[in-house]
Amino acid sequence: MAKTKKKVIILLIIAVLIALIPLFTLKGAEFGGSDDAGSVVVSQITGTEYKPWFTPVMETWIGGELPGEIESLLFCVQTGIGVGVLAFFMGRYVERTKKENQETKTE
Amino acid sequence: MNQKEKKIVTIATVFAVAFGVTPVVNAMHIMEGYLPPKFCIIWGVICIPFLITGYLSIKKTLSQNRKFITILAMAGAFVFVLSSLKIPSVTGSCSHMTGTGLAAILFGPTAVGILGIIVLIFQAILLAHGGLTTLGANTFSMAIAGPFVSYGIYKLCQKLKVNKYVGIFLAASIGDLFTYCVTSYELALAYPSVNGGIAASAAKFLAVFAPTQLPLAIIEGILTVVIIMGLETYAKPELKGLGFLKGGEN
Repeated sequence: MAKTKKKVIILLIIAVLIALIPLFTLKGAEFGGSDDAGSVVVSQITGTEYKPWFTPVMETWIGGELPGEIESLLFCVQTGIGVGVLAFFMGRYVERTKKENQETKTE
Repeated sequence: MNQKEKKIVTIATVFAVAFGVTPVVNAMHIMEGYLPPKFCIIWGVICIPFLITGYLSIKKTLSQNRKFITILAMAGAFVFVLSSLKIPSVTGSCSHMTGTGLAAILFGPTAVGILGIIVLIFQAILLAHGGLTTLGANTFSMAIAGPFVSYGIYKLCQKLKVNKYVGIFLAASIGDLFTYCVTSYELALAYPSVNGGIAASAAKFLAVFAPTQLPLAIIEGILTVVIIMGLETYAKPELKGLGFLKGGEN
């Protein structure tokens, strides 16, 4: 078990490093989405500025672009839902394993 | 031991939450309105048979044992979390992961289609990320093509007797990369280059997406391995039932 724990921690550290290194090494980079980069290529290939023929429903509803802060809120909600579900069930499994271990010990 | 195990989960959760507060920018998926209507319909129609098989496969898995629904929910939540985390990459732009590898390995590739489309609809309607018109194309690349490759690589590694974790890592990361290759082709089919046609156009899109996605694919591989390690420790009976773990070993 201790071995698994070590492995998990090392793996998580590597993952964090991969994510953070570009942030520190590429100072001043914009970190825009590669979506935007994609649309730039579209205009390059077609030679003209491409006009999307359909605007996102949300933007139609609120009559404009979604404010950045609200967008980050919604993304956090998405993350929150995901993490919540993961953590809840993981917690249940952890407790169950603990109980089972105790039962086998007392028997 | 239990204390230690609890710590691992806490660290993993904190880690996941910490990424949730990363500054948000636009990221992947083909944007709303960026595919001509003809292609939107074609990709949508292609997805339908996969989604139906996916639905049936989930139904079958759940009818074997209702308990699997928790693991299914976790796999879905994994897709939810990973596809909402936008991570800076070496090219100076951000992109996010797909998180579909886990579900593909545990439930088979078709089941992921259902999980993926839920996430994509959520993002398309509320976040203006991806889009309803491009839903078919995005579903095909992220929730169908990627998972099928993941599943294939996982099975191949199993046959070749590669270490299980290495197999999972490869499956998840290559599946992630493949998702973006398919996205490139989808865009290229809609926008063939004037000189060079579809192939030249695809190469251009790939040149934009691939370097950004590569480090993220590695992260996705690592996270998938971590969550499978966690499930193996705490949810052994379920994984055995799903045929992921065989017998008593490991």
